[in-house]
Amino acid sequence: MDKFDVASSQKYDVYASRLLPKEEYFVGGHRSCQGCGEALAVRWVCKAIGKDAVIAHATGCMEIVSSGFPQTAWVQPWIHVAFENTAAVASGLEAGYKILARKGKLPGRPPKVVAMAGDGGTSDIGLQALSGAMERGHDFTYICWDNEAYMNTGIQRSSSTPYGAMTTTSPPGKRSIGQATWKKNMVAIAVAHGIPYVATACPSYLFDLYFKVKRAVETPGPAYIHILSVCPTGWRSATDLTVRLGRLAVETGVFPLYEVVDGRYHLTIDIPKLRPVKDYLKLQGRFRHLREPEIDFIQRQVLAHYDLLLKKCEAPYPEFPPLSQTEEGE
Amino acid sequence: MAKRVGIEVSLAVSHAVQLARAEAIAAYPITPQTHIVEHLSSLVANGDLEAEFINVESEHSAISACIGTSAAGARTYTATSSQGLALMHEILFIASAMRFPIVMTVANRALSGPLSIWNDHSDIMAARDIGWIQVFVQNGQEAFDHSIMAFKIAEHRRVLLPMIVNLDGFILSHVVEALEFADQDTVDRFLPPYSPWHQLDPKKPVTMGAFGMPEVFAEFKMKHQVTLMNSYDQIMKVWQEWGQLTGRAYHPVEHYKTDGAKILLLTMGCLSEVAEIAVDELRAAGQPVGLLKLRLWRPFPFAALREAVYGAELVIVCDRALSVGGAGGPVLSEVRSVLYPVVPHPKVLGYVIGLGGRDVPPEAFKEIFFQAQAEAEQEPSEEFYMYGVRG
Repeated sequence: MDKFDVASSQKYDVYASRLLPKEEYFVGGHRSCQGCGEALAVRWVCKAIGKDAVIAHATGCMEIVSSGFPQTAWVQPWIHVAFENTAAVASGLEAGYKILARKGKLPGRPPKVVAMAGDGGTSDIGLQALSGAMERGHDFTYICWDNEAYMNTGIQRSSSTPYGAMTTTSPPGKRSIGQATWKKNMVAIAVAHGIPYVATACPSYLFDLYFKVKRAVETPGPAYIHILSVCPTGWRSATDLTVRLGRLAVETGVFPLYEVVDGRYHLTIDIPKLRPVKDYLKLQGRFRHLREPEIDFIQRQVLAHYDLLLKKCEAPYPEFPPLSQTEEGE
Repeated sequence: MAKRVGIEVSLAVSHAVQLARAEAIAAYPITPQTHIVEHLSSLVANGDLEAEFINVESEHSAISACIGTSAAGARTYTATSSQGLALMHEILFIASAMRFPIVMTVANRALSGPLSIWNDHSDIMAARDIGWIQVFVQNGQEAFDHSIMAFKIAEHRRVLLPMIVNLDGFILSHVVEALEFADQDTVDRFLPPYSPWHQLDPKKPVTMGAFGMPEVFAEFKMKHQVTLMNSYDQIMKVWQEWGQLTGRAYHPVEHYKTDGAKILLLTMGCLSEVAEIAVDELRAAGQPVGLLKLRLWRPFPFAALREAVYGAELVIVCDRALSVGGAGGPVLSEVRSVLYPVVPHPKVLGYVIGLGGRDVPPEAFKEIFFQAQAEAEQEPSEEFYMYGVRG
């Protein structure tokens, strides 16, 4: 999609909302916490993938809140198997539909296959299965709900937890500032697999998210979308600030919104002048213990990462060479 | 018509899967299962089998992908061994609880450590309680036959459970045997195309894998238990049908020279053929011995085993796995437990043999026979015996 700035995206919001689907595919009655940014993201992702889709979901918050037998919040066909194997289950689904279509046992187009998992289920325990599925080139979309810790089990740190954050297993103390490592760059890992579509998104920018998901499911081959999902329970933030926190994550450069199409990076939400990270950090109890020097460190690191991202966006060459066509054009 | 061919047993299993028209295969290389999936992948590569072959990055993903292909509605097959089966462990329970009729060959091999690629039953015995149907085979013909029959059993509407065919790694998987192939027409008539009872279809959306609160969890387990036990009838029907087609009849507990036997050896898998030699020789020497071969491991054939030991005074269970710190081998524990209510029940002694590929010649069974006979006459000196182990 084309780059558009905040001002024009807001104008777009005014008239385009009527064009978005009114059908609900992730319906109310589920048990997510008040102010859950992830449930908001799920709702809009499911609208974007449409009814001809099959979802494989990992164990985690969104699975637990939505699928207690005999109830379900999922309108699309949905399967949960375990925590770490969602990409493998999705691989199987995709291959299964492929062979049924080839044998003429599947009327119409095979359904789109979408895998969904949290940040732990993606960047930690599910990384191997995800890497395998991306490398094998299955035609599927993988969506990571990133709430930056193991929220479902009680806010333990993951490799996606940001530097300095307090979690129940990265508590600040005399010898600890909280999470001591920088957030794992899952997007770069996905890009390194040479897959055609990778993007970040956040439900605070619904249109950006919606069109990225649409593009991902329509792209043949593997696609990966990393969605920042504000978690008031785990982030110790006010439940009415979810959308604003998502906006602040983008406006401070903590979580830039961009796409990597065929190995080429570009920002989809351009923030000409980044706000200080303090605006984002101070609204969250998980960063409450941080002092000025640590906040300064985070600020410098965020800017350094952002600069590097801009350089990647300006790079004259893609991250990997385009797939050259064979003689037969196949 | 059926033809007789000389073929490596692993390849025979691949051809059985081909004849069964498996539609999806997800597998990861592990010795000694490799020849099966290597051959299957070449059958797929050459267009001799219309199937998707997923080269997954681990066994955990192999079984997970199999759940995916089965949920999509495709006839699904995989094979593994040892550490691979152990890596699948978590997902094996889920596959059966979700009622996906996946068929898997386990080329039985020891579990590490120390690392051993050689044959015993410690891999499958660690997966005893996964809720799958499980059979053991003793030769290439049985491996071939059961690989086809497994699909028919697993996919039956009243069963819908995954099934494992256990065949001993190397000493069965890698030998060349003469066996009778079934032709495609016969198999097609016996095994109709898979038509899934439950699948993920946007036209009829369902939620699969919902979690169970304490109010429903035990009911799910009860249903699983009842279904697995009830699958017995269907297993018998399928085996009979195959017997009528091929002339090869199979039973949950196979008897070998058990008429008038006071002492029964009990074995599983291909060591049964070695034990037969020992029984022949002992019988010739006038010993009242017979052999029971436990084919069906899950669901456990309670009635068939109790009937089989009728009149026997001593049952010698030969396990190829050890429950370290426990009551011996898993088969011993179960057989003892199953025979306890039989009045009068025979004495049951257990021998752990052939661990990690240790050779078990016919002489070993003869020695075990005499040793057990002597032990049975007094108070047994051990809970169970480790046969032929130094130190």
